Order: sequence, then structure tokens, then C-alpha cells
Amino acid sequence: MGFFEAIWDVLSTETAYTAATRFAAVLVFAAVGEWVAERSGTLNISIEAMILTGAFAGAMGYHWTENALVGILMGMIAGLIVSLVQAQMSHRLTADQFVVGLTLNILFLGVTSFLYAEWKPSSKVVSKLEIPVLKEIPLIGEAFFGQPWPFLFLYLLVPFTWWLVYRTRWGLEVRAVGENPQAADVSGIDVNKRRRQSIYYAGLCSGMGGAYLLLGQVGRFDDGIVAGRGFIALVAVIFGGWTLRGTILGCLLFGSVLSFRLTLPGLGYQLNSELMSSLPFLVTIIAMTAFARRVRPPGSLARPFVRGLK
Amino acid sequence: MFSIFKIMSSMRRRSEIVFLYACSTFVALLLSAIIVEAVGANWTDVWNSLLDGSLRKPGRWGKTLGSAVPMAMVAVGTIISTKVGLINIGQEGQMLVGAAFAAYVGAHAPGSGPIVICLVIIGGFVGGAFWSGLAGALRYWRNVPEVLTTLLLVTVAANLVGYALKNTWLLLDPDAAFGNRALVSKQLDPDSRLPRVEIFGNNFSLSVILALLIIVLTTWVLSQTVIGFKLNVVGENRRVGQRFGISEVKQGLMAMCASGGFAGLAGAMMLASGDFAKYRLVTGFTVNLGWTGLLVALVAREKVMAIIPVALIFAGLRTGSSFLAATGVERRVTDVVQGLLVLALLVPPAILFIRDRRRALAQVESRT
Repeated sequence: MGFFEAIWDVLSTETAYTAATRFAAVLVFAAVGEWVAERSGTLNISIEAMILTGAFAGAMGYHWTENALVGILMGMIAGLIVSLVQAQMSHRLTADQFVVGLTLNILFLGVTSFLYAEWKPSSKVVSKLEIPVLKEIPLIGEAFFGQPWPFLFLYLLVPFTWWLVYRTRWGLEVRAVGENPQAADVSGIDVNKRRRQSIYYAGLCSGMGGAYLLLGQVGRFDDGIVAGRGFIALVAVIFGGWTLRGTILGCLLFGSVLSFRLTLPGLGYQLNSELMSSLPFLVTIIAMTAFARRVRPPGSLARPFVRGLK
Repeated sequence: MFSIFKIMSSMRRRSEIVFLYACSTFVALLLSAIIVEAVGANWTDVWNSLLDGSLRKPGRWGKTLGSAVPMAMVAVGTIISTKVGLINIGQEGQMLVGAAFAAYVGAHAPGSGPIVICLVIIGGFVGGAFWSGLAGALRYWRNVPEVLTTLLLVTVAANLVGYALKNTWLLLDPDAAFGNRALVSKQLDPDSRLPRVEIFGNNFSLSVILALLIIVLTTWVLSQTVIGFKLNVVGENRRVGQRFGISEVKQGLMAMCASGGFAGLAGAMMLASGDFAKYRLVTGFTVNLGWTGLLVALVAREKVMAIIPVALIFAGLRTGSSFLAATGVERRVTDVVQGLLVLALLVPPAILFIRDRRRALAQVESRT
């Protein structure tokens, strides 16, 4: 069994695509929000906490109402709460954004696992929604049009985000704030306000992603549910060179790498699971090393803005 | 006249700082108490069992000291790297790699007793320094942000060590492999462990004293020697460093390696002191102590001496949490308390900074 044969086997199996998009979906939800935040100049590492809290709130919402839509809404609200703390601390009080993000990751890991042990919400994976004609497309039909129904939100979220960032005044201001906050400030944009708002957007999206992770993929909450997906989403934005197209491609790539752990043994291939789990991270580090000079990040990424300070 | 005014204002400022810190700590503790009450427990019970578990019950403060050591070592490293303006947030991984190097050295090094102990400790330092050095090298060679690489390398480290623990030629104990197939490394020989000290029924390993020495030494190096001065210059203003002929790359790499090295040292100390996992390396060996150590450094804010009380408090929360079961509160509540405390302690310096900024701006505007 050669290497190319293995690749062909994966490429010609329908379940491989389905598993890949299932893993990628969560990443896309989170990465789209993270992309907006990074375009505004925040390297938002509390995204891990946002997904986790979103997943927990999704579980609680489903537990209380048996309604997945309520779960997703609660997930979004929970993500928003985390992003509120992050935004207020880092872009109103000018505390270091990494410090705040890291603390939030640890804090909300504690909060969710504590509340989970106290409340024990029960939940399950929601039903699939299959779109009649499109689902019949060979190979990728099931992958893109036969997923649990919250997957469809992606088809709204991605174009909406594109429109928001590239076709509205708000989006222009967000991009300006990320490129050159001093200039934006002089032209009358409230820099830190735009940055806070884009973090809220990241919170909403990742909370939704968390709820999707729970209700569309895993089914049961536990505190290791996110397992670094937030960081992978963050990395996908960088890997995609801070464009929306690249970000989504990065998510699909990393999603398929993550899914190999499930699909390859099913096809009869043995592989090193440690290597597979660290592959997204290794690929990103190598990509950053190779393309670091060619891809240009937003001009003031991860630099705080205080008026009068450069 | 003027000097009195100056002293007065500096006193006012100091009392303001104290007041702000007291307020924010109070709010954090209040929130924690509310959370505890919300799940139907009594916060005085929780407080008492935390004190019992970390201090009052026999043998407990020795344990608290034991888990304060790795946190303190990680924090020392973190402070060194922030001195030059680098942000290292991958201590959890550096610690694990350090512990893995130490375990390998411990299992394979020739000789006996004290020599092996020294080699184990040095091995830990080298392992951690190697792991953070990778991030440092990428930072200066290709301008890859070190925040990201250090963070990403944490997962890679966990997987790497996981792989090593599955293979006998790396770390897996050959005896354990035949037995219950537990993924553990070879136990350190009794004569190559750090000796333990016993005082008043509490015993702790020699690593506590070693850690104290390192903290004092680091304070001295950072504040009194040319090495510390150079790091400081590069961190404050690298242009000035250039004019002085201080190489930014060299200082940065050195600080990065030292910072990972101390994290690795923490891992080696955990392995050799026996407070964790009985002198063996197991999966998930670092039990989040790397992250907690990072929080300790964040709270200590560039003051090495401040690490000691902060690490003790956080270690107390950790060891105290194992006594919480009796109160009916889930032990993870201490993570919440810890996170809230850190978050609260970030607020006062930020408020002061913003206020100073506003005042300075107002002065400039009133002059024009």
C-alpha cells in the first residue's frame, strides 16, 4: 500500500469528506469571528474559553428546553459574556490582551467544569437535515448538505461576515483600526470601541461554534470537549493570511487533518495518532516560518492603542 | 516646600494603590463567595476546609510547599522573558519536555547518587530551554511571533511526550510495559531522588530550598548585575540597546532559553521531588502547573520576590481543594477563585495607567 494509494482511498471515500466537514464546521464558526477580531488588531486567545462556554451554555439550553435553537442562542450569549470580559479588560482598561485571554481560558475552564459537576445537563446530537437535490452530489453532497441542521448557519454566517467587513462602513472602520489605529483615531473613529465590538462579534460566532460542537458533533459536555480547537481556529486565520477565503480553506484543511484520526483506521490504515494530533500545529508553525515575510498581518495586530502613545 | 508636596503626593498615590488592590481582591472574593452560596454551600465551611487542606491538618503545609515550587520556578522564568519584552505562554509544554528530558537522563545516566540528581536537574533545564529556544529562534530568524509558537508548541510537546511514553526505547518503563500496560516512565532510583526534609511532621523535598535560592539569585542577577541591566535595556528600548552595542537577538534568545529552562527545571523538580506521580513521568504529568505558574508571574508583575507569597497562595488553593469534598462543593471551584483573583489583580495597574495618561494629556492640552 503506497502513500499515493492511501491518499486516493481517502479522496474517493464519501465518509472522509463528511467527517472532515464535521470537524471543520466548528473551526469555521470560531475562525470567522476570530478573523474579524484579528482584522481589528486583537489576537484574541480567549477564543478557547468562548467555545467552551458556548458549548456548556448550549448543553444547558438544550437540557432546559429540549430545543436546539435555544441551545444555540444561549451558546451565543455565553460567548458574548466571555468576549465582554475580554474586550472590557483589554480595550477599555488596556490590560495586556494575552494575559487577559489566558486568564479567561483558565477561569472559564474552571467555571464550566464546576457548573457542569453541579448541574449535570444532559444533551444529545440534533437530527440531520438533508437538502433534497444537492445531497445527491457524489462525494461531497453528504458532506456539505447532509449535516446536522445548525450546520446551515454557516451558509449565512460566512457571506454575512464578508459583507459586514468589506461592504459596510463598520467593516471599513474595523479594518482601518487594525491597520493604523493612529490614523483611524485622527479621522474620528473610536479605535478601542471598534476593537471591542469586533471582539463581541468573535464571541457571538465562537459561542455559536461551541453550541454547534456540542449539539451537532459531540452530544455530551465534558471539560475537555474543546481540546485546542480554539487555538486551531486562531491558527487557521494566520494560516489563511488574514483573508476570509484563506481562513476558511485553513479550517477545511485542519478539519480534515483532525478527522483523519477517525477515518484512516476505518479504511485500514495505521497511523501515529500523536503525529496526527500535532499536525495542525506543526503545519502552522512551518507555514508561518516559510511565509512570514510574504504574508502581511494587519498593521497593528496585537498592539494596544492608547491615544498619544505609539 | 516642593519636596513636602512631592512626598505627600507619593504617599497619596501609594495609599491609592493599596486601596485599589484591596477593593478588587474583595470583589473577586465576594464573587467567589456568591458562586459558592449559589450552589447551596456555606462559604465559611469552604474557607475552613481550604485552610485545613492547605495548612492546618498535619502534613498539609509540606504538600503546599511542594506544589508551590514548580509554580514559582515557572514564574521566575516568565519574569525573565517579559524583562526583554518577549511573551512566553508555553510553559506547560516546556515543563513537560523538561520533565521528559529529566526522566530520560534519570533512567539512562551512568554513575550514582548526587551526580545523577544533578544530571536530572540539568537535563530538565536543557529540555525546557530547547523547547522555548525553538520559539525564540523562529522569532529572530523569521520574525514569527513568539506568543503563537510557544502556545502551539504546548500541544506538540504533549503529543511528543505521549509518543515517548509509548515506546520503550524512549521513556516507557520496560517492566511496566509487560505488566498492566500503564504508560509510565522508569521510576527514579531511590539514591537519585531529591532528599526530603522533615520538620514538625511535615516533610518536603530539598527542591523547596533550591527554589528559594534560585529566586534570591535571580532577583540579584536581574537588579544588580550587567546581565540583568542588558536585559532591561533591550526590554525598555531596543534602540538604546543598539546604541550601547547590546545585541537584541542575543539577549532575547538568552532570555527565552532561560525562561523555558526554568519551566523545564520545574518539571525536573516535580519528577525528582516525588510530590507528584511517585518519581515517574506519566501522561498529563504537569497537571496544569505550567499555566498556574504563568498566572503567578502575571500577578507578581516583574517582581521576583513577589512570586513567593503568590505561589504559596495559589498552591494553598490547590492543596486545599482536595478537602472540599466534605462541604459538598466541587473542587474545581478553586480554579474559579484563582481565575477571578488574577483577573481582579489586573485591574488596579490598568486603572492607574489610564488615569496617568489622561492627566498627562489634560496637562498638554491646558498648556496649548
